Amino acid sequence: APGKKIDESFWDGLEEQLLLGDVGVDLTDELVAELRQEAKKSNIKDASALKEKFVDLIVRKLEEIPGMGKPIETKNKPAVVLLVGVNGSGKTTTAAKLASKFTSEGKKVLLAAADTYRAAAIDQLKVWGEKIGVRVVAHDVGGDPAAVIYDAIESAVASDADLVISDTAGRLHTKHNLMEELKKVKRVVERRLPEEPSESLLVLDAVMGQNAFYQAEVFNEALSLTGVILAKYDNTAKGGIILAVAQRMSLPIRYVGLGEGSEDLELFEPRSFVEALLS
Amino acid sequence: MFDSLKERLEGIFSKLRGKGRLTEEDINDALREVRRALLEADVNYKIAKDLVERIKERCLGQEVLSSITPAQQVYAVVYEELCNLMGGKKERLNFAAKPPSVFMLVGLQGSGKTTTAVKLALKISDSHKPMVVACDLRRPAAVKQLKVLAEKARILFFGPEEAGSGNVMDVTRKALSYADAHLIDVIIFDTAGRLHIDDDLMTELEQMHKLLDPSEVLLVIDSMTGQEGVNVAEAFKEKAGITGVVLTKLDGDARGGAALAVKAATGVPIKLVGVGEHLEDLEEFDATRMAQRILGM
Ligand SMILES: Nc1nc2c(ncn2[C@@H]2O[C@H](COP(=O)(O)OP(=O)(O)OP(=O)(O)O)[C@@H](O)[C@H]2O)c(=O)[nH]1
Ligand SMILES: Nc1nc2c(ncn2[C@@H]2O[C@H](COP(=O)(O)OP(=O)(O)OP(=O)(O)O)[C@@H](O)[C@H]2O)c(=O)[nH]1
Ligand SMILES: [K+]
Ligand SMILES: [Mg+2]
Ligand SMILES: [Mg+2]
Repeated sequence: APGKKIDESFWDGLEEQLLLGDVGVDLTDELVAELRQEAKKSNIKDASALKEKFVDLIVRKLEEIPGMGKPIETKNKPAVVLLVGVNGSGKTTTAAKLASKFTSEGKKVLLAAADTYRAAAIDQLKVWGEKIGVRVVAHDVGGDPAAVIYDAIESAVASDADLVISDTAGRLHTKHNLMEELKKVKRVVERRLPEEPSESLLVLDAVMGQNAFYQAEVFNEALSLTGVILAKYDNTAKGGIILAVAQRMSLPIRYVGLGEGSEDLELFEPRSFVEALLS
Repeated sequence: MFDSLKERLEGIFSKLRGKGRLTEEDINDALREVRRALLEADVNYKIAKDLVERIKERCLGQEVLSSITPAQQVYAVVYEELCNLMGGKKERLNFAAKPPSVFMLVGLQGSGKTTTAVKLALKISDSHKPMVVACDLRRPAAVKQLKVLAEKARILFFGPEEAGSGNVMDVTRKALSYADAHLIDVIIFDTAGRLHIDDDLMTELEQMHKLLDPSEVLLVIDSMTGQEGVNVAEAFKEKAGITGVVLTKLDGDARGGAALAVKAATGVPIKLVGVGEHLEDLEEFDATRMAQRILGM
């Protein structure tokens, strides 16, 4: 088929796609400006060829970030993974998905029920544990989350487990005391396993807009995040805000959640993500 | 990252001082900032576009062009248009003329349905005898979550006999006869979270709707929602016949522009807002406060 021309409607369409994909105004402007330069420089005349260039350009930016699309680190024994994020983003389900994934890869996994706050959060994780055959370390409702994670690590060491995956209570990044509580959880992990860095992963809901950026900023500040998981990516939402999160904070996107089942988790793939964003 | 719109407008128009009169070009600069502010607040791209067009028409009128405080004038127009879009009057909940009234809570996964079900029951419990019904038979411990919250709030609870089993339509029917026998006048159905593109699960809502003939179908939507909010709301309107919106998690710092887009795209009014995890944290929606929030005031 004859290629389309690169005219103003091409640029408008591109901008629209990025904005509708939650990429955000600033980054959209930057990316479009960069592509305009590229178009001039490379003298591309065909719209679809230029769009392919655009995909490449964004993919390259993503792939430059260390850890992008890489599985969590499980070399340490036990390796510890904290899942954090705002209310309802998908932490508990993602904990179960990760546990299921690593169990099927032959690792011995423990789940830690460090959300002692939300109604039936512990039960939710326990049901998952039973379903996927993973032991859940839990205290009573209202207990200290730091104590739960401490126990889980002790238990992992005692039982020679490879991996502790900890759920945590949902909290808005604007709640200072709850963020402090989370820092304490992380300090307990670091004190107990000083040699081995743990993973702290932010779970973002793909339907979220610009606020996800601030979430990432504040959670990163508090915990030095090691990555992001984009949950509910089976939604038609494109999750474009993770481009700003990845780029501005140099945070890798590690996995995407693709459903409510324990198997619905895949490694993040920059190229298919960008292609979906621009499709 | 976000300067307030007010500051940006001041910035633009301050450059013009001494130049005398405003031109259409000046207004266009200002409107670019308006558009930016709306998009940063997660107002849907298309809704923002229409809105900016309307604002432009008004800004090209004399009151702004000849104003000595154009920044304030433009700002006032934007603010007014946002308020208009969200509806001036308070939107009350609909109750059935002949009890019991049935409310259904629907929405995407994790938006806040279960929590809101109990918050809502608690809110009306002064003047009503409400009951919450657990119709999320899918998510692990969803039934237990509703039960625990209901106990905490001393609200009547109805759910399947055995957790993790049963059939939604079955529970729905049984809940109706239970309510009948216990003189309950408001029945609030919690439903499982679902994607708006999940045909099977959206059909389930249609079936529930048919059986229940609800007074209110409330879309529970997260204030952090981005551009997709419009499509979500449109699909829930078409399939589940939503009659109102509950905007949750407004205790954070999300601007909540999705709310505006949802209202603009579907015409369905926002009725309530969730402002915390506690069961008392449910308030009436206030359009002017929401407009201020979207503009970062
Ligand atoms: N469609 C879809 N739903 C998901 C996905 N991940 C989680 N969910 C659903 O999202 C809802 C919230 O998930 P949870 O795992 O409970 O979220 P959370 O972050 O632990 O929530 P809180 O503990 O309340 O803060 C549940 O209904 C999950 O089934 C996903 O990848 N796709
Ligand atoms: N901060 C805050 N958290 C809220 C609010 N409303 C609900 N939540 C929290 O959001 C999370 C999800 O709430 P749920 O009521 O479980 O949401 P849901 O829509 O029933 O979720 P699914 O059944 O999994 O689809 C929980 O952690 C709630 O405590 C609110 O207004 N503010
Ligand atoms: K998607
Ligand atoms: Mg959870
Ligand atoms: Mg629920």
